[in-house]
Amino acid sequence: MSETATPAIEGWFTTDPPALTGSRCTSCTTVFFPPVPTEGAFCRNPGCDGEDFDATALSRRGTVWSYTDAHYQPPPPYLPPTDPFEPFALAAVELPEGLVVLGQVAHGYGVADLRVGAEAELVVETLYSDDTGDHTIWRWKPVTELGQETEQ
Amino acid sequence: MNTAVLGVGMHPWGKWGRSFVSYGVHAARAALADAGVPWADVDLVVGGETVRNGYGGYVAGATFAQALGWNGARVATSYAACATGAQALDTARARIMAGLSEVALVVGADTTPKGFLAPNAGERWDDPDWLRFRLLGMTNPAYFALYARRRMDLYGATQEDFAQVKVKNARHGLANPHARYRKEVSVQDVLGSAVVSDPLHLLDICATSDGAAAVLIASEDYARRHGITEPVRIRAISTVTPTFPNTVLDMPLLSTDSSSAVPEPARTFKESIAHAAYEEAGIGPEDVSLAEVYDLSTALELDWMEDLGLCRRGEAESLLRTGETTLGGRIPVNPSGGLACFGEAVPAQALAQVCEVTWQLRDQAGGRQVEGARVGITANQGLFGHGSSVLLSR
Repeated sequence: MSETATPAIEGWFTTDPPALTGSRCTSCTTVFFPPVPTEGAFCRNPGCDGEDFDATALSRRGTVWSYTDAHYQPPPPYLPPTDPFEPFALAAVELPEGLVVLGQVAHGYGVADLRVGAEAELVVETLYSDDTGDHTIWRWKPVTELGQETEQ
Repeated sequence: MNTAVLGVGMHPWGKWGRSFVSYGVHAARAALADAGVPWADVDLVVGGETVRNGYGGYVAGATFAQALGWNGARVATSYAACATGAQALDTARARIMAGLSEVALVVGADTTPKGFLAPNAGERWDDPDWLRFRLLGMTNPAYFALYARRRMDLYGATQEDFAQVKVKNARHGLANPHARYRKEVSVQDVLGSAVVSDPLHLLDICATSDGAAAVLIASEDYARRHGITEPVRIRAISTVTPTFPNTVLDMPLLSTDSSSAVPEPARTFKESIAHAAYEEAGIGPEDVSLAEVYDLSTALELDWMEDLGLCRRGEAESLLRTGETTLGGRIPVNPSGGLACFGEAVPAQALAQVCEVTWQLRDQAGGRQVEGARVGITANQGLFGHGSSVLLSR
């Protein structure tokens, strides 16, 4: 990840510190991710007619809801970072805010490093690179508790 | 008041390379012939929209009506992703129950591309169906794999269990002339096929197909006047949407709703789809003779059994292993062979489920007949909060 790296999508996460950026309804406090549009947003809680939101950094750690991987190159608009294609893992992680967020799994980790209920932590890594530089994305990295290796 | 199913018909599933209109007309004529109802009597045509076949697909109801020969019938077109066919049927049934129409023809047909179902072209940064590919490379099978993995880690399911679903459905489909794949499959075949998204193999995941299905329904009064006293009846059609907050990850979304301010509802979305059908019909899961469920993947069939209340959460593998969901078992699931043998033809698929249940309830399912079938239920789920369950009885 170079210093000129830019997020693959604007406004969904911060790099320093690595965190997803959610939207919190100022009326009912419900948190949403992806963040709501900056204009014309409305709360999707059926009991709330709020239209104002604060940006809020979501918890960086959560528990794995489930996980898988991609053995075949996904179709466009996916942009393969390597040729030939290298399989990558995906995880859905449940955050303390009561929502599940999908993400690719951090580089170097696969399904063997994951299990439902295990802890995962958000990191920011390069998704793909082009003429304009590196484009970054949030990813889930398995958290290995101290001492866990020796138990296995 | 119930509506009567007078006729059902299908065009065989496959890769035929022809227009969706030709499949739809074939299925429609088969349903009309099955019912013995003249086309001129049909006063409502509802088409299931297909999104990959140009303008004619967007106005599918009118396209089929014109192809069959304009007869002055009212027309409607429905789109509800994988639940399209059931929503089209719901529209037709509602007009009949309201006394606004008497005989309705519901048709769904599709021609589908090869490989992964990919989003439409163009850059669409506000479309989750586009973003999931661009930001995550998240395909449909990857979602199916997430659900499958949860069964393994939470309930002790194995890849052999998933393979056994395929083995069962392949065997069921052998006797189905409309199925695309009619060939025995072994556990070794499934486990030996390429892993697409761990833990799912290629043979765990359904293909996409061309196909068409049509259902002709009428008021009970019309049925009586035509000498049909004991038709298969539609007892309920559920097309409910989720209840906020929907905290189960749904294709094609990148996240769920949050339960931070509003607690989770009593039932998950898929549970609520079936629950609404049972409530509307006054029929319970214990009364069901057979179920046609949306096995986009083998593991999803197991999820659906629990969502339909056919067993408790985490017990589907146990029913599978003891043969209860096989023909001859207590509650056969997907006696048609399911999507495993058909492949998905989106706007036709929910109607194909209704066709199969109708044949089963009429005792016309031949080599795949469920003995003494009295009540059948269908279930499916599509993108963006769509889903359906149709309950039929004789």
